[in-house]
Parts: sequence; C-alpha cells; structure tokens
Amino acid sequence: MKRRHFAIPAFAAAIAAIGFTGCKGGGGDKIKVGEFASLTGKEATFGTSSHEGTLLAIEELNAAGGVLGKKLELLTEDDQSKAGEPANAVNKLISKDGVVAILGEVASSRSLEAAPICQQSQIPMISPASTNPSVTQAGDYVFRACFTDPFQGAALANFSTGTLKATKVAMLTDVKSDYSKGLAKCFKEKFLANGGTLTTELDYNGGDKDFKAQLTTIKNGNPQAVFVPGYYTDVALIAIQAKDLGLTVPLFGGDGWESSVLLDIGKEAMNGHYFSTHCAADQGTPKMTAFVEAYKKRFGGKVPDAMAVLGYDSAMLLADSIKRAGTTEGPKLRDAIAATKDFEGVSGKFSLNADRDAVKALVFIKIDGGKFTYTATVNP
Amino acid sequence: MPDPLPPAEKPAPVAARFSLLTGAKRWLFLGIAIAILLSQFSGEFNRYYLGIVIDVGIAIILAVSLNLINGHTGQFSLGHAGFMAVGGYFAAWLSLTLGPNAKMLFPVSLLAGGLLAALVGLVVGIPSLRLRGDYLAIVTLGFGEIIRVVAQTTDAVGAASGLKGIPKFTDLGWTFGLVAVTVYTITALVNSTYGRGFLAVHDDEIAAESSGIGTTRYKVTAFVTGAFFAGIAGGLYAHHKQFLSPTGFDWIKSIEIVVMVILGGMGRTVGVICAAILLTVMPELLREFSEYRMIVYALLIIFLMLLRPGGLFTLNRKRRSAA
Amino acid sequence: MDFQQTVQQLINGIGLGSIYALIALGYTMVYGVLRFINFAHSDVLMLGAFSAFYIAPKVEKVMGPQSAAGAIVVIALAAVICACIGMLIEFLAYRPLRKRPKLTVLITAIGVSLFIEFSCQNPALFNSDTKRFPTLLPEKQFNFGGLVMGSNDIIVPLVTALLLGGMWFIVQKTKVGTAMRAVSFNQQAASLMGVPVNRIISFTFGLGSALAAIAGILYSIKAPGIEPLMGVQPGLRAFIAAVVGGIGNLPGAVLGGLLIGIVETFAGGIPGLSNYRDAIAFGILILILLFKPAGLLGRATIEKV
Repeated sequence: MKRRHFAIPAFAAAIAAIGFTGCKGGGGDKIKVGEFASLTGKEATFGTSSHEGTLLAIEELNAAGGVLGKKLELLTEDDQSKAGEPANAVNKLISKDGVVAILGEVASSRSLEAAPICQQSQIPMISPASTNPSVTQAGDYVFRACFTDPFQGAALANFSTGTLKATKVAMLTDVKSDYSKGLAKCFKEKFLANGGTLTTELDYNGGDKDFKAQLTTIKNGNPQAVFVPGYYTDVALIAIQAKDLGLTVPLFGGDGWESSVLLDIGKEAMNGHYFSTHCAADQGTPKMTAFVEAYKKRFGGKVPDAMAVLGYDSAMLLADSIKRAGTTEGPKLRDAIAATKDFEGVSGKFSLNADRDAVKALVFIKIDGGKFTYTATVNP
Repeated sequence: MPDPLPPAEKPAPVAARFSLLTGAKRWLFLGIAIAILLSQFSGEFNRYYLGIVIDVGIAIILAVSLNLINGHTGQFSLGHAGFMAVGGYFAAWLSLTLGPNAKMLFPVSLLAGGLLAALVGLVVGIPSLRLRGDYLAIVTLGFGEIIRVVAQTTDAVGAASGLKGIPKFTDLGWTFGLVAVTVYTITALVNSTYGRGFLAVHDDEIAAESSGIGTTRYKVTAFVTGAFFAGIAGGLYAHHKQFLSPTGFDWIKSIEIVVMVILGGMGRTVGVICAAILLTVMPELLREFSEYRMIVYALLIIFLMLLRPGGLFTLNRKRRSAA
Repeated sequence: MDFQQTVQQLINGIGLGSIYALIALGYTMVYGVLRFINFAHSDVLMLGAFSAFYIAPKVEKVMGPQSAAGAIVVIALAAVICACIGMLIEFLAYRPLRKRPKLTVLITAIGVSLFIEFSCQNPALFNSDTKRFPTLLPEKQFNFGGLVMGSNDIIVPLVTALLLGGMWFIVQKTKVGTAMRAVSFNQQAASLMGVPVNRIISFTFGLGSALAAIAGILYSIKAPGIEPLMGVQPGLRAFIAAVVGGIGNLPGAVLGGLLIGIVETFAGGIPGLSNYRDAIAFGILILILLFKPAGLLGRATIEKV
C-alpha cells in the first residue's frame, strides 16, 4: 500500500529539477520571432497557408539583409488545431526560446488562448487573421493585421441590401467556428437594422460534406440570396449542392472564401456568387503580383490564399515596427506597432486604430466564368 | 436501481484506522505540503515548464479518476472529457460571475464544478448500467459529445467563440495538492473493505452479484467519483489556460485519457500516473521533430502497445495476474 | 414543412444514410470476426478516396473520360489497394496482440489511426489542403415536379444494397464465410477444427477495407473535396450506425446507417435543431440502446456463469 504513494513526493522532486533548469534564451546576433500555427489537425490547411506566408516574408527580409543589422529567425510551433495547445506553444516560444514577438493564429479561439500569455509576458503578438473583436481586447500587447467582424459584417449587410437588392436573405453558419458565428452575428445586426428579413437561419458543422438538408429548407423559404459566412472548404461543397437542388439565388460570404481551392472544387457551381475580402488579385497592385509570383516559386506552384497574404503582412508589419522602434524590447516594440500608420501591405494600405485593429478597406469579389472579379471597394 | 447513492467520497473504513502520520495518509499530507512549498517558488520557474508541469498534474487527476471507472471497476468509459468540460465550464463561469471575490472562492468554484460533473456522471452512469463493453464505450462517448455540442451552442459560456478572460488561479499548490487528494481518495477507496467491490465487479460481474455485492451501486459510485474528479480537473484546467473552447473537449480528448489508463496498465495507479506524465510531456519533448512530431507520437503509442501490451509500468503487482 | 419538402428531405436522407450504411458494413464485418472496434477504418476510407484521386487520371488516359467502365476500374483498383493496406495494418499492428485484451488492440488501433492521419497531413505525402476529387461519372440531376434527385442519390443506395447482398452471400453461403462465422464464434475451437484463423482474419480485414475504399470513393463523388481528415466524421457516424443496428450484424448496419442519415437530415433542415446536428446521431444511439441494449437487430447474449 505504501509503495503506491511514493510517486507524489518523488514526482514533486522531479518537477523542481526540471523547473529550475529552465533558462532564458535570447540575445545573440539574431532576432527570434515566434509563430504558432495549426500545421496539423482539423484546420491545418489554413494554418499551413498563413505559416507559408509568414515564412516567405521572413526569408525575403533576411535576403534583404535582415532587420537592425540582424537576421530574423522564425521559430514555428504547431498547435494541432487543438484547444489547450496554443498556451504551451506560446509559453515555450516566450519562456524557453526567448522570442521578441509572436505571430499567430488564424482562428480567433486559439489566438484568444495565447493573447493573455503574451500580454502578461509583455511580448507583442500580431494575429494575422483572427477577426473576432475580443482577440485584441486581451490587452495592449495584442494586435491584428486584418479587419474585424463588425466591419466586415456591416459591409456585407450593406452589400446585401444595397448592391444585391436582397432584403430576404437566408443564413447558413458553421456552428463550430467562432469566425463564422462572429461574422454572422455582426451581419445580422446590421442587416436587420437595414430593414432586411432573414428567411431561414440554419447551422452546419465545419467539415460536414452533406448540406442538402439545410439547403432544402433554405430553398423552401424563397430567399433572394443566401449568406454563408464559412471557410472555402465547406463553401465550395455548399455551392455545388445548392446548384444540384436548384437553388439559383446568389450566395455570398466573407474572407473565409478566398482561395483558389474554392474554384478548384466548386468549378462552375461558384459562378454568380460574391464574397468580401482583403484585396483582389486582379486589381494587380505591383506588391500583390510580386507576392503571388514569389509564393508560387517558393511553394511549388501553389497559389496563395487570403491566409497566406495575411501571414505575410503580419510578419512584414512586425519587421517594419522593429525597424521603427530600433529595438526589440517589449514595451518599445509595442508602441511602435501601435503607431503603425499607412503600412503598405500586400493586402492593401492600413493603419492600426486605438483598439489595435487594422483599419483597411475591403473589396467585393464576384465569381464569374471561373475567375475572381473585382467589383467594389468599401472604405472603413 | 433502488439503492440510495453513497456520497462521492465515502471515507474508507480501513484508512480511518490510521493515525494522522502513518500509512497512506502520510503520503497525502507530504504530497500536499510539498505542493504548497513548491508553489511558493512558482516565480522562479520558467513559465513554459511551469505550464507543462501543471498540465501534467491535471492529466494525472484525469487519468487516475478514469482509472477508477475503466481500470478498477472494469467499465469502459469514453466520455471523460465531457465530465471535464462540465466541471471546467461551471467553475470558470462561477469565477467570472463572482467577480473580485473569485480568488477567495476558488475552492468553492472548483468544488461546485466537481459536484455538477458528479451529477452529470450520475445521469450518464445510470442508463449506462444496462450496457457493457463496446456498447457502454460508445454511449459514454456519445454523452461526452452531447455535452460538447451543448457547450458549443450555449451563449452563456461563449458558444463557439469560447469562454475567455478566466482568471489565473491554478498554481502548483492547488494542482498538486488536488493530485494528492485524488490519488489518495481513489486508492483509499479501492483498497478499503468497501472498495474491494470495485475489483469484484471488474473481475467477474456475475460472481460478484451472486456473492451479494451490489454491482449497480459500485458502478454508479465509480462513475460519480470519477466524474467528480474529472470536473475538478476541468476547473483547474480552465483557471490554468484562462480560456475554454468547446473543441478542446471533443472525443479525441477522452481517448487521450483512455490511452493514459491503458498504457499505464489498467487499475495500476502508479503506472497510470507515469503514463499520464509520459503522454503529457512526450509531445512537448517531440517539438524538436516539428512537423513530424505527431507522427512520431502515434508511432510511439503503437510500439509501446506492441512491446508492453500489459501496460508500460507493470511494476511489482501480481495481484490480478490470475484474472 | 410541406409534403414536397418532406419527400425531398427523405431523398437527401437516404442518399446520406446509404453512405453511412456502406461504411458501417465495413465496421461490422471486422467487429463480427474480431470483436474490436477498428478505429483505423475511417482512415482507410480516406486512403481509398486518395487512391482513386491518383489512379483516376491514369485510367482516364486509357479508358476515356467519365466512362462507367473507367469508374469501375478506378473503384476496383482503389479497393484492392485498400484491401492490401488493411491486411498490412492487421498483420503489423493487430496480429501481434491477438491474445491480448481487446482494449490493448483498441489503443493500437487509435495509434494506427493517428499515424495515418498525421502522416497524410504531412506535406511530404498528401498535405493538409483540400483537393478536388475527379469527376468519375457524369453527374445528372433529375427533376420530378420540383423534387430533385441526383444520379448519386440513386447509385449509392444501389451499390450499398448490392454490397450488402454480396457480403451476406459471402458470410452465409461460402466456405470462407462459414470459417468467418466459426472464428467469430470461438477462435480457439475454430482453429482446432482446422480453420486457418490468421488467414480468415486477414481476409476479413481485406474485405472490410475494400468496403471502406468503395464508400470513400462514393462519398467523394458526392462531395468532391478530399483531405486527410475527411474520414473522421462519417467514420464516427457509421460506427454509431453499426452499433445502433447491432454491431456484427450486416443488415443491422445498413438499417442503422439509413436511420441515422435520415434523422440527421431532417434535423439539419429544422432551424433551432440544426446546430445540434453533431449530437443527434448520439441521441438516437442512446435512446435505442436504452431500450434495446444490443442494438436494433443484435442478439442479446446470454452470460455464461
């Protein structure tokens, strides 16, 4: 009986042994930048894209001589798209590796887990693509390089009642995704305020492959358009099945749609649908063209999606801020990031506001003839 | 099922005979004392290691409590993450509601979370009594998933966006103090005269029943006690990570805990503790492998099972080798 | 909900349910013989879809695009590949543990499942992005006065019925099937009677995996985006379906699959209920097991003392 209990004190001693050996890294001739991303697991495809964008940015910066005369070193940790993991990953990057800043994550729920740690450690964190407003509310060390749900939701609502002239709209959201739910909520508020009515509100689970049940009910409600704030992997299948069921009204959604995969999978079923996003590839800003070329060259012909663009921008924003701060000390770096004005990113020119959110224009894209076509810009 | 349910931790009659500083109790108090002592030095620890060490403590509570259900009692529950979620969400919600006084009432929040989880354990336990083996496994898995889906659609706990801004109350003292309490309670329970019934249910339900052991009562006790400690672990987890997301409590999480129990050798507390440590620390050590990390992790599980099928840490207990 | 919508949902539900049924058949085959849950089944399903993804362009070159014969060749090749993978998994990971408690094998199965998933997500193999599944057959939509039925909604139930018949024939009418039932009943006694237990188990795994591959391909034709975790969700549903029907029972698996597919579809179309869709299959499962602990068609076993 006694033997069974030896584990407790023995283990406590072991903890002490591990705990005290930890030492702070850092210094040297390199600037360590930490990144956490969902490289494996359910949302690996988004995490991989943002990671590749970030990696490309760091490589370009280093090829151009680095920042403050030092090379940047990108340390990436995978969080397996799993709750609980980001905390460990970010703790490791900060406490063990001694990074000067954290880049990540795409999903708001995982950014939210990391944000308090960065805040308490006074290490600035830039989320490339978490649009939930609560992410940057974690504190003054947490920033984002993208717009927020309220901005995009309102723009989409105005687009629906204005451009599409659709006041009877059905909504199909991903109940598992904080992104989808957040965007839907903001859309709904503005849309109802604009005098629109929602004919049907239904949910699906991200990763589902069968949406006919929901689409049948939606079709029965005779909406003028269907709002689908989801990710492209699901949206393509939704569009195909909507077409199969004879639901011919336009679908529209947010930046989660942007990927060439949407067209690969959805093919002609995507025609006539709309979405809002950060930038339009066919607007052909020189920065965009250069980025797409470099990305394709670096990653074996893969076409970048919105996450890749934002991953790239977040890394570039960080590098720019380090240059302006002239140092990598947490508080000074924080002030430099907060002071960002008219930063020229691939996704367009943006500044950070008092809430540490990027203020930038969004564009509306129409899918036509198997291509993304720019239709309109909405300024903040 | 007419039996009235015994309270979750019925004091074990055998253990009651020991005076304060002998036997199993000595280790309990030593464990708590060391935990509190260590927590005084928390500031000296590297945050990363501290975080993992607390993760390990939470994993031990989860694995040891599941071991009561799956190991000692021989039932097969795959819904432990559900109980953890109930305790975690409730404790976190209480802390957020209590506001500034929450720190003082942290033990109350933890206990409340544990009790609610125990209640859910009762609800899951009773219908599950008719089932055994794989059927029981899939039903408990189902209950766990239903709990997750409910959390995912309940706006009061943040729904899909998760519950954020939970205060950071979990420290080494609380975690390892509660590890000691869990390990002590469960071993004392199983090793008490009363607790021999769990092993009887495990070894042969029919024989146990015909010897006058109320198998129903034991199974429900196991579920309720296991769920209670899983709820406590959930509360610790919530106040450790400061953020809860429904996706963190899916069935994969339950399976992770089951793997700890089986790898440790069902019903062997020391083995299960070692497995909990190993399986929590291993993915961190494997970070060096970057994108191959989880592949290596999966391979290790396969090889460990192939090489040590009876559990990794089958030390010196031969008690149930005949079973 | 009007009549037309109800019928439409029923069509949708049968389309989805048949896929679940087909996957559940594979689960139930393996369970029937080995009495353990093969967690890697859903990953074999994914491997089947990916095999077809890589084979299809090559077959297309020889047989011409979107021909029925070409589709059959692709499906057959993928089924053979997956049968081999299934047998290999059994040989490497499960056979050494044959004499061990089933739980040990279960954990190994989980390990195999994780290994396949994470390996396939690795950029060196398939990568984690979603790929377009090639159109094996031309898709047609039939419109009956407002009711829409895709060619898939017809093909999938047919294939499922055909395979159920085939499996039933193999298990009940052939020599191999007799041996399978013998192994299922009592491994040791079967072996004493001269049944080559290892070969029979291997064969069952091959058959189950081939079924998984076929299900994976049909699933991908229905929803043409494939990625390494595509099998997890339908795999879990199908597993529930197999248990609901009475695990180890072939018609039960199909019945369970259809039931879950149909209920899930109706629930998915009702506002306020669609957000609980993930839990619905489990709700059905719990309800049914409460009243019939061995599933709808499963036989209650009598405990021997």
